[in-house]
Amino acid sequence: MNRLTLFIPFALCLALGTFLFFSLGKDPLDLPSALVGEPFPDFALEELHQPERQVSTDDFDSQVLLVNVWATWCFACRIEHPWLNSLAKDGVVIVGLNYKDHRKLAQDWLQERGDPYQFSIFDPRGVLGIDLGVYGAPETYLVDAEGIVRHRRVGVVDERVWNEEFRDLYQQLVDEANAE
Amino acid sequence: MQSSVRPSLGLLKQVGLFLLLSSTAMAVEDVVSFSDESLRPRYQQLLQELRCPKCQNQNLADSNSAISQDLRAEVQRLLEQDLSDTEIKDYLKNRYSEFILYRPEVNRATWFLWAAPVVLVVLGGLIMLRLSRAKKLGDSQEADIPVRSADQQQRLDKLLNSPKQGTD
Repeated sequence: MNRLTLFIPFALCLALGTFLFFSLGKDPLDLPSALVGEPFPDFALEELHQPERQVSTDDFDSQVLLVNVWATWCFACRIEHPWLNSLAKDGVVIVGLNYKDHRKLAQDWLQERGDPYQFSIFDPRGVLGIDLGVYGAPETYLVDAEGIVRHRRVGVVDERVWNEEFRDLYQQLVDEANAE
Repeated sequence: MQSSVRPSLGLLKQVGLFLLLSSTAMAVEDVVSFSDESLRPRYQQLLQELRCPKCQNQNLADSNSAISQDLRAEVQRLLEQDLSDTEIKDYLKNRYSEFILYRPEVNRATWFLWAAPVVLVVLGGLIMLRLSRAKKLGDSQEADIPVRSADQQQRLDKLLNSPKQGTD
């Protein structure tokens, strides 16, 4: 009995070591999201291409869709863009959120690289950004037909990330929406 | 040698002092004006306690990233709207998750963090108490009870007094 107690520090070290070892692989930039499971925040902002048009969550039209936060100053957005284009071609509805940007620059950018967005929310001061808890572009939100945020990705969504994090959930949400 | 080292040490100190002063000078955030000056201390306090989501080891007061600037403006706006400190923290927590609070609330994920220091101090105290008791007990036993029997003592003396045989 007494001899066994001698192993307690060893066991503790082992436990701590295991815990720390598995924490190593975690990405410290991967913050927990406060929004998953919550409704997409209300907003009323101008459309990027049509300044006279106000857009809001009503324009989501009860569709399962992605909201992609991007900006022309965001380098990773360039890397991400081709995959968004190809998703849009496959029929995935994507709404753009142009975040803290200039209208003209953003319009030119989409002209040049293709516009995968069904419409683009223009948020030059980042007000919707704060409501979403955006802390860096690109970010992508998967919103279900009820307008609930179901998944959030901070960083680039490319084919690998799509297949790992989005595809199955997206398909499931679309199936659910169609069943109703 | 010595003379060449000394001035450079002085220089080092100066540079160090400069860096120290300039870094605190840089930590001062943008010029803000309040409708009511009594909001300013609360503003400063909140910036100290809120974490920049993008630059994880800095608070909003220290960080000059774009998101921190936005959040500072947001905190100011909310203060002007007469929200309490708790309401402002909740507002940001609902958007940026609990991560934004440098002083996390006690809940299922953080209770261990909060309890660990107390638990460790109590545990350490108990262990120390036990050890010192055991030692005391050992000491008193040593005084009362002969460690070796007479027979053992005799054998020991014999061994110690016997001439060296060079067995080692």
